[in-house]
Amino acid sequence: MIEFGAGEVVEGVPPLGSPNAPTTPPEGGEVALLASGWRLALREFLSNRLAVAGLVMLVFFVIFCFIGPLVYHTNQIYSSPLGTDLAPSGGHLLGTDDNGFDELGRIMAGGQTALEIGFFSAAIATVIGTIYGAVSGLAGGLLDGVLMRFVDVLLSIPLLFIVLVLATKFSATVVEESTLIGAFSWLVPARLVRGEVLTLRVRDFVAAARVMGATRSRLVFRHLIPNALSVVIVNVTFQVADSILILSFLGFLGFGLQYPAASWGDMLGDAQTHVSAGYWWLVYPVGGCLVAVVMACNLIGDALRDAFDVRLRRR
Amino acid sequence: MTGYIVRRLITAVIVTIGIAAISFLLLHELAASPVNAVLGPKATPQAIRAWNKTHGYDRPFLAQFFSYLNNLLHLNFGYSYKQGQSVGALFDENAGRSAYLSGASLVLALIIAIPLGVAQAVKRNSAGDYAATALTFTLYSMPSFFLGLILIQIFALDLHIFPPLVSDNVTTTWSAIIHPAQLFLPIVTLAAVTVASFSRYMRSSALDSLAQDYIRLARAKGLAERLVLSRHLLRNSCLPMITLVGLSIPGLLAGNLLTEVLFNYPGLGLLFYNALGNEDYPILLAYTVIGGVLTVLGNLLADIAVTAADPRIRFD
Repeated sequence: MIEFGAGEVVEGVPPLGSPNAPTTPPEGGEVALLASGWRLALREFLSNRLAVAGLVMLVFFVIFCFIGPLVYHTNQIYSSPLGTDLAPSGGHLLGTDDNGFDELGRIMAGGQTALEIGFFSAAIATVIGTIYGAVSGLAGGLLDGVLMRFVDVLLSIPLLFIVLVLATKFSATVVEESTLIGAFSWLVPARLVRGEVLTLRVRDFVAAARVMGATRSRLVFRHLIPNALSVVIVNVTFQVADSILILSFLGFLGFGLQYPAASWGDMLGDAQTHVSAGYWWLVYPVGGCLVAVVMACNLIGDALRDAFDVRLRRR
Repeated sequence: MTGYIVRRLITAVIVTIGIAAISFLLLHELAASPVNAVLGPKATPQAIRAWNKTHGYDRPFLAQFFSYLNNLLHLNFGYSYKQGQSVGALFDENAGRSAYLSGASLVLALIIAIPLGVAQAVKRNSAGDYAATALTFTLYSMPSFFLGLILIQIFALDLHIFPPLVSDNVTTTWSAIIHPAQLFLPIVTLAAVTVASFSRYMRSSALDSLAQDYIRLARAKGLAERLVLSRHLLRNSCLPMITLVGLSIPGLLAGNLLTEVLFNYPGLGLLFYNALGNEDYPILLAYTVIGGVLTVLGNLLADIAVTAADPRIRFD
């Protein structure tokens, strides 16, 4: 198959070429190399200015969304029919929306749900995908074939479609929406981890663990998954970005959180009417925040991938 | 080569059956029988039972699944009782317009992304490369509907060049083709999102090719730089684009959905969106199956095209 330069990851599809990107450290001296490998990766990551910028942006948004409401008090529960669509002013720094909610406060509230759902669904996807991939890769043979064909099937169904179909019945709360997105996002991490495990399971340290009588679950959780972690960590950041994007699609199409809970996609649902009416404060601030958070996650993911990629480190 | 294609075909068929199974399972769980849509909420249990019996919805799960598979094989995608039309007829009506939107934006995306990626690789680490990377990276992180909104603001509301919505007069595929101004913003929106990911790949693929010996040889033998780029670099670094186009189908379908909703362009995406509001599950799951099959076909064709285009890939 084809091997891409930087092994880039396209949203929603598995990386092209072989899933087991060559991120394995050189042979010999496993334990020492692992430790210094992490430190090397950290140094590489911090020397990447874009990565640090992404990290700063993400930390800023976490503070802005979760601590901001403690400083900037707004009413996000009771609508005020008399104060709708007000332009930005001293009282409402970013104006008010169709229901008279303060827009800046609403962006903070929407950011909380976006970050919560992004991280929670990425966590679900990663846990399921990692265990599934490790088990499949270690088992090999027929079981591996069956498990991976199942992944192929689910990966072929366009993610947005299946999530939307199910969203007609679920997805009123943060937990349901995260579960829904996470339940269909574990496929890529499963493939990545399986690829990694396929190269790891023939290595000496796995054979040594086997000889010492390690059980299968000990092999998976103590030896294979920790050694495949770099692939997983890189994928988590991209997964957070993808989940936040999918959440915004759901919200834009009207399948977001139950009113009055806020999400950025929901807030952009009527954006076209707002644009025509000239209510710019209801469109561009929230859209900008959405793009910035997704971009921050993508920047961090790119940098982490470069930091863990031994081939790139020499440049 | 033939063996490889046969093996890939068999996998594709298995995956397609799996897709049908999952969508049937969902259909069965979400709306086991369309009886409520037909008889209304006030139907008596006896009437519901009788209707289910005459239409075969009381049969065992597997029997229903096999007749569903059989129908799919005959391109019978079911019946939308809410619209009073067969799903196949609805798709027929809308598929052309969606195909035009996707096709035109895919072609536009390739026309922009391939030269852009090559130019970025040739002039790597220049100001232009950084600017293009920053732009494509921003587009890559941007939901397509937000980009569409910005384009509507600039080109429709501020400059009055293009309409903010596709006009209701665009009812046929042909009228969409002969009114390019109507479709300009939707096509550009969808293309921009595709360019964002394609050009990143193209740049890294061209960078890889640039480091190869055949490029050094072409330059060493005194070939004009223009020919080095067009004959050796472009053709080799385009190979990954075949795979990428094959894999772009799920993204295109999702982009289609959002773009059609945003610009109110009547196609499969808008049909799907309206079916979501009506909980019209036969339409929803039929489109999901078709999307899945198109994805499988895209992967299959890309794999075959790559082996045909690249003589270095042989599987025997």
